[in-house]
Amino acid sequence: MPDIMNFDPNDKTPTIVDRLIRAPGVIIGVAVLLGVVLAVVLVAVWMLWGDAVRALLGSQLGLSIVIIAVTIGLMFSVIATSILFERKIAAFIQDRKGPNRGGFWGVIQPMADGLKFLLKEEFTPARADRPLFILAPCIAFIAAFIGFAIIPWAGEIHWPWMAEGETVTTQVASLDMGILYIIAVGGFGVYGVVLAGWASNNKYSFFGGMRAAAQMISYEVPMGLVLVVVLLAAGTLRPELIVNQQAETGIWNVFLHPLAFVLLTICAFAEANRTPFDLVEAEQELVGGFHTEYSSMKFAMFFLGEYAHIITGSALIVALFLGGWHVWFLPNVDDTVWWAALIKFAVYWVKIILFIVFYIVIRWTLPRFRFDQLMKLAWKGLIPMGLGLVVATGVLVALGWQRNVPANLIANAIVLGISLWYASRSPSPVTGRQDNLPEIEVRPSATT
Amino acid sequence: MPEVSDYSFVVILILAVMGITAVILLLTYLIGPKRTGAIKHSVYESGVDPTGDARRRFNVRFYLVAVLFLIFDVEIIFLYPWAVLFPRLKATEGADQQWASDLAANGFTPAFFIVGIGIFFALLTIGFIYEWRKGVFRWD
Repeated sequence: MPDIMNFDPNDKTPTIVDRLIRAPGVIIGVAVLLGVVLAVVLVAVWMLWGDAVRALLGSQLGLSIVIIAVTIGLMFSVIATSILFERKIAAFIQDRKGPNRGGFWGVIQPMADGLKFLLKEEFTPARADRPLFILAPCIAFIAAFIGFAIIPWAGEIHWPWMAEGETVTTQVASLDMGILYIIAVGGFGVYGVVLAGWASNNKYSFFGGMRAAAQMISYEVPMGLVLVVVLLAAGTLRPELIVNQQAETGIWNVFLHPLAFVLLTICAFAEANRTPFDLVEAEQELVGGFHTEYSSMKFAMFFLGEYAHIITGSALIVALFLGGWHVWFLPNVDDTVWWAALIKFAVYWVKIILFIVFYIVIRWTLPRFRFDQLMKLAWKGLIPMGLGLVVATGVLVALGWQRNVPANLIANAIVLGISLWYASRSPSPVTGRQDNLPEIEVRPSATT
Repeated sequence: MPEVSDYSFVVILILAVMGITAVILLLTYLIGPKRTGAIKHSVYESGVDPTGDARRRFNVRFYLVAVLFLIFDVEIIFLYPWAVLFPRLKATEGADQQWASDLAANGFTPAFFIVGIGIFFALLTIGFIYEWRKGVFRWD
């Protein structure tokens, strides 16, 4: 037990715990040990209950349950890793070191944070609306974590023990309404933030909640329009078929609809409340926005929800525009062996992680919007461009050119050109930049 | 194995996530310390004593955005069925071709679909331009 009363802050001699935690060998050793234990357990289960496992993996119900478990586990670990990387990349951009105390290179920092959240007081202010106050983070968390149900992780699998021609699909649920499900879940997620702002009975939270409502519903409109563009070209709502189309032709949708891809990325940033659209929690003006009054795990659920939202949003964009699990020289639609599915799964997650890195770099590169700029960007920038794109794509589909790259690029260029031309001649530019400001006389400062 | 609808997998996922949520909330409720006090339970407004209730009147523009969203999002949802069916009208083989020719035989030719969505889209665009000119989107 350390001597708390005679604690000397200048005493730098590391204790035995400090040394153990910071030694790279210990942490890597523990990680390798955990991996070996997991592998041994999996092999043991395979040896002991092989038939049951094969029956489980061979049925769609069993495989869906396995995918739910694997994906939720992967999401938690990717969230933990991306929180560490977010802080490390921020540190790199701002020329400082970032977390470096919890383990070597700060690797156990996210785990320490999680533990701290769990140990903190679970607290509700006296004047808050208690049921809604507890319900709000639950809604935010649940809405963020159920969105991945329709993500086609790795196409079809044909296990060696299955009958000829039979396959199971590596998707939690292959819904005929597909993309509509993601839109519905995204709309549901707005409630979490708005209710949090309302229930706290705090003026900061209230303003944060109002801003969140306005921002998230404003950016849902252009998102819906851009999705219409993709669906119009694909002719289906099922994301697995959209991915298969891209894999079969080898032309990702991003080459056909680059403008739609950019618009959807902007909307995904706004939907996840990430910088430059994080006015909802703007620390300088609103303290913490909607989560000012939240503590312990209830705060952590908003936090986890935000990152889960980023992962699901990235997964959706990857499926719709970046070819899902497809890379040109790797397994394609017809390769349904189990190891091909594993490669596809890995490729999908590599693409998602690259997208998360893009999110992080943007966060530490761009400053926050002003609220009027935010609304102008949505209503006067993205929505007219989305309407134009829908018309352009509709014309292309009517002519039968929906998979013709030059025709699509020309259509995109026309829409972009008209938008930029209108923006340049509009008296109040959509970016909110103010021209015609009065001239300020600049005098050289007095030097001594 | 009985045949199960894909929607039941979504239900399983939702139940699993709800379970995780309940466990997290229960854990932190059981583990965390509990110390109360009048000051601690008051609203955090940067150390200033809170005045009045937080549920006050707010700017009407937030309300306008909500109304606009309702109109626009519903209109865009109406585009989805058209967007999914329109490319299939040009199918040249298979069940889609049979479906498209059946539709055309009943008067629902591709031209009908183009004119119909054209009128709908024109209404949408005219409404949008009207709102823009009316100054609904002016936030400064």
